[in-house]
Amino acid sequence: MTTRLCDLTAIEIAARVRAGSMRAEQVLDSALERIRMVEGRAPSLEPYVLQPGDRETVHAFITLTERRARAQAQAVDRAVADGKDPGSLAGVPLGVKDIFCVEGTPSTAASRILANFIAPYTATPVARLEAAGAITLGKVNLDEFTFGSSNESTAFRPPPGNPWDPRRVPGGSSGASAAAVAAGEVALSLGTDTAGSIRQPAAFCGVVGMKPTYGRVSRYGLIAFASSLDCPGPVARTVTDAALMLGVMAGADVHDATAATVPVPDYLAGLEQDLRGLRIGLSPDYFRLRYPDPQTGELREQPITPEIEKAVHETAERLASQGAEIIEGVPMPNTHLGIPAYFVISRVEAASNLHRYDGIKYGFRYPGPVSDLRDLYRKSRGAGFGVQPKLRILMGMYVSAEQYEKGYYQRALRVRTMIRRDFELAFHPKGPHRLHALLTATTPTTAFELDAVYGDSVLMQYADLLTVPADHAGVPGLSIPAGLDAQGLPIGVQLLGPDFTEPTLLRIARAVERATETDAWRKARPKVLAA
Amino acid sequence: MAEAITAEIFHHLVELAALELDADESEYLRAQLNSQLKAIRELEAIAVDDAAGITSHGVPYTPDISATPRADIAVPSDTADAILQQAPELDGRYLVVPDIPHTDLT
Repeated sequence: MTTRLCDLTAIEIAARVRAGSMRAEQVLDSALERIRMVEGRAPSLEPYVLQPGDRETVHAFITLTERRARAQAQAVDRAVADGKDPGSLAGVPLGVKDIFCVEGTPSTAASRILANFIAPYTATPVARLEAAGAITLGKVNLDEFTFGSSNESTAFRPPPGNPWDPRRVPGGSSGASAAAVAAGEVALSLGTDTAGSIRQPAAFCGVVGMKPTYGRVSRYGLIAFASSLDCPGPVARTVTDAALMLGVMAGADVHDATAATVPVPDYLAGLEQDLRGLRIGLSPDYFRLRYPDPQTGELREQPITPEIEKAVHETAERLASQGAEIIEGVPMPNTHLGIPAYFVISRVEAASNLHRYDGIKYGFRYPGPVSDLRDLYRKSRGAGFGVQPKLRILMGMYVSAEQYEKGYYQRALRVRTMIRRDFELAFHPKGPHRLHALLTATTPTTAFELDAVYGDSVLMQYADLLTVPADHAGVPGLSIPAGLDAQGLPIGVQLLGPDFTEPTLLRIARAVERATETDAWRKARPKVLAA
Repeated sequence: MAEAITAEIFHHLVELAALELDADESEYLRAQLNSQLKAIRELEAIAVDDAAGITSHGVPYTPDISATPRADIAVPSDTADAILQQAPELDGRYLVVPDIPHTDLT
């Protein structure tokens, strides 16, 4: 298949559109053509029956906003014709995870309970991207309220397929964000990461995904899951595009008191520097997994997939060849507690955040007869929420109940302190390791098959084992492609760094990209583009 | 080991959560909750330094990276009508709800 305009990088699209050598509408048409080619049938709330062909396509978009996008593209083209600068993302096709409000569009959180909700305002990250000239093509699928690691818990089905093999999951919860970027439907996607929801799908789909430092990007207009963990962040095909996108979104926001006032650096400025002077660590605690046996609950330990472990070591060698010093054996002893602590903290916050959906103010209301107000709440929430929100609400209620709260919630918050301390010690400039970054695998495995794990909520949660510690600690994390496994599925490696060191992580990631530019796997394309 | 979340506890949680569930769903959810609790149990087995304090956000919000609170001034919203239009049932500018359960104390 030949390369189309929609396959260009965001930085190249914006440069050409700003220079007047290409129109935003041409890029839009190219992206829409790609969407028609790879999407398959649109996800919907209808009872889902698997149809022939469903597992050959991507199904990323819950809502396509073609008319809105065309008006945006025309405005960009007019600005260029008038000699005005349309912005650093001029004409760049953007997908927005449907957990963000975009004024005038259905903003569903992939849930029946918000299926008819039309957002009356636009989330800050989206507003900033659009103000810089990005063209929002639509709202893309996710796990319901972001609750999942495979995108299968969405109420809008068929669930998205992985462009590299649509019989497999794209990861989650920003599954369709990553899938749409990998398939060339958009150049950039806006995702959110609460336990790994940007980095894990980025790894599964062979793209770049960044969870910035907590507070780096405003959460205003993001439908809340776990407010102390949720981080909006970029998904892109290249490190440079992720850096460009982050620079547009990041920064203080009068609408979000948790958006940090740390000045936003030029993330593109130091990208091409070599790695001399940087210390990058490897931790044995990120090469083995501890998880409870699904039947007995007993703890088991096993190494991560050997091909993924090999990819991490090869990446380390590449970094060393660019001047970085590799420090092995960095202890991160509380890594394995990330998921148990997350089971508690995220559920308490989710239960609190989901209590607002009542069938009264907005969203789904049970249409049948009810006896009184409480009955309306129960029936609207019972029919409006899927299984995953229900599970999270119930668990959140249990672990925050007065008699259990000290043993569970307070304990989990202290474990969170212990996880944070692992990072603080590893990164401390006068500590024993003095790391600028930690290099790990992003995921224990590559993309698994649809239906293989879904239904077992414990096993599914452990897909985030290597990503969730950074969410607890608030530190930034970045997943980049590092090869393909024997089945041709993408492998991702992850870089973690101290608070607000996104420029360093991007610089290291760009060095990996440069060093692997001529590798054979870099020429491979997702299966949905092979036709 | 006995199930931590018995049918009785589960029923109480469902009441608190304001959810109407059918029997199959209840059975599945209760089994999943008990399975998740086994995973959480790992937390109980470790030594936790109570002096460590709790972390409510990973990133410490020191004054030098926090925005100062904005002035407490009421500003009319121009989206009030759009917000009201999202309500499932309206009567003019009032939200309509069914009977509110109450106990007559007289």
